[in-house]
Amino acid sequence: MAKKITAPLTAETVKDLRAGDSVLISGTIYTGRDLAHKRLTDSLKAGEKLPFDLAGAVIYYVGPSPAKPGQVIGSAGPTTSYRMDAYSPQLMENGLRGMIGKGNRTPVVLDAMKQHGAVYFAAVGGAAALMARTIKAARVIAYDDLGPEAVRELTVEDFPAIVINDMYGGDLYEQGVAKYKKD
Amino acid sequence: MGTEEMKEIQFDRIKDAVAKLCIDANCLLGDDVVQALKDGLKIEESPAGKDILNQLLENEQIARKEMMPICQDTGWAVVWLKLGSGVRVQGGELYDAVQQGVAKGYKDGYLRKSIVKDPLRRENTKDNTPAIIYADIVPGDGLEITVQPKGGGSENMSEVKMLSASDGAEGIKKFVVDRVARSKANPCPPVLVGVGIGGTFEKCAMLAKHSLLREVGSIHPDPFYAAMEKELLERVNKLGIGPQGLGGRVTALAVFVEAFPCHIATMPCAVNINCHAARHQTVTL
Repeated sequence: MAKKITAPLTAETVKDLRAGDSVLISGTIYTGRDLAHKRLTDSLKAGEKLPFDLAGAVIYYVGPSPAKPGQVIGSAGPTTSYRMDAYSPQLMENGLRGMIGKGNRTPVVLDAMKQHGAVYFAAVGGAAALMARTIKAARVIAYDDLGPEAVRELTVEDFPAIVINDMYGGDLYEQGVAKYKKD
Repeated sequence: MGTEEMKEIQFDRIKDAVAKLCIDANCLLGDDVVQALKDGLKIEESPAGKDILNQLLENEQIARKEMMPICQDTGWAVVWLKLGSGVRVQGGELYDAVQQGVAKGYKDGYLRKSIVKDPLRRENTKDNTPAIIYADIVPGDGLEITVQPKGGGSENMSEVKMLSASDGAEGIKKFVVDRVARSKANPCPPVLVGVGIGGTFEKCAMLAKHSLLREVGSIHPDPFYAAMEKELLERVNKLGIGPQGLGGRVTALAVFVEAFPCHIATMPCAVNINCHAARHQTVTL
């Protein structure tokens, strides 16, 4: 059974999650990928205000395809997460509690998750048309010039994801592959 | 052949054909891949893995019905042209027709524009051009156009290695299997593994890319490479990576090898990884 959780995340919600848990996320999340991460962390270094409140925030690594007339958003599956690894620890230091993407993270990010109480979810890469159905509203709130890389505020309802890394060092990728590896 | 015997193809006809190919390739997954995902369901042992294969099949249906992109990363437009020597393009240049067709297709099809003008300064070109164009001149009076949108996440897991003849077939196999192993969950497994062997440094990479146009489930015409593909697929699927890297049997749907003559001093090998969205469409004008 999938756990229903609400974003932004509270510290208690994060404490409750374990690697391997299926979740359905409802609430408000923000999109951000390569260039948006660079701008967000540059702003933090410069002491500038960010386009959204990082406290408890969840960032979804996605650059959606454009919405057709009548659509909320185009296809919207996750992009590979490791490219955000250089920036994620700094965002966690400033309140970020959840990341949604796909693929493996570096030890530096995993350590920061333990230290700051954050969680890393994977969404199904390549199931982008299916996932768009759980996004009920979308609007660009920053960096419009970046096109697909602009930061969007998304309202999601039962967005499906799975906990890959919890705040206790659990790692679903490692556990899963070890189980099915054959010599 | 005198010019009076040349077949003429209108610029706009090429442009419109390329635009349609871009849209169709991004929204319609091939029957071969759909079949491979269904076959994967039969051998996948992991419940999470089965779940993901089912989601990819459901996603394919939604994309087809609503003409939405299978994946939000609608890729680089890689365009392969086979231009008959008896063909003349009327009303403009062939490459311009392709570039304009890509821009039109990505706009009209609500496809994502993923190309930046410069690798370091990274300003989006806003129309997904330039396309990468590979053109061959062939006998005849047709123009065959293949559009192969290629996603960035799986492209990042690709590599060229300059091996030596002494590394032999096992050296090639180790490199291919290791490249998939190191890719882990990143390229959205189940993947297709394109392997180029031989040629020059750059030719080898093109072979790997080109091999990804093959039909999933097809058997290599050369029994030597057919056996190598079979062995590689088995070894890759023993890695345990599974759908989306959550653990399981189905890490790859296919391994395709394309070989080419080689210099006596070299044995290059390229691995080009593709996610399950092995998108390509072809038309002949």
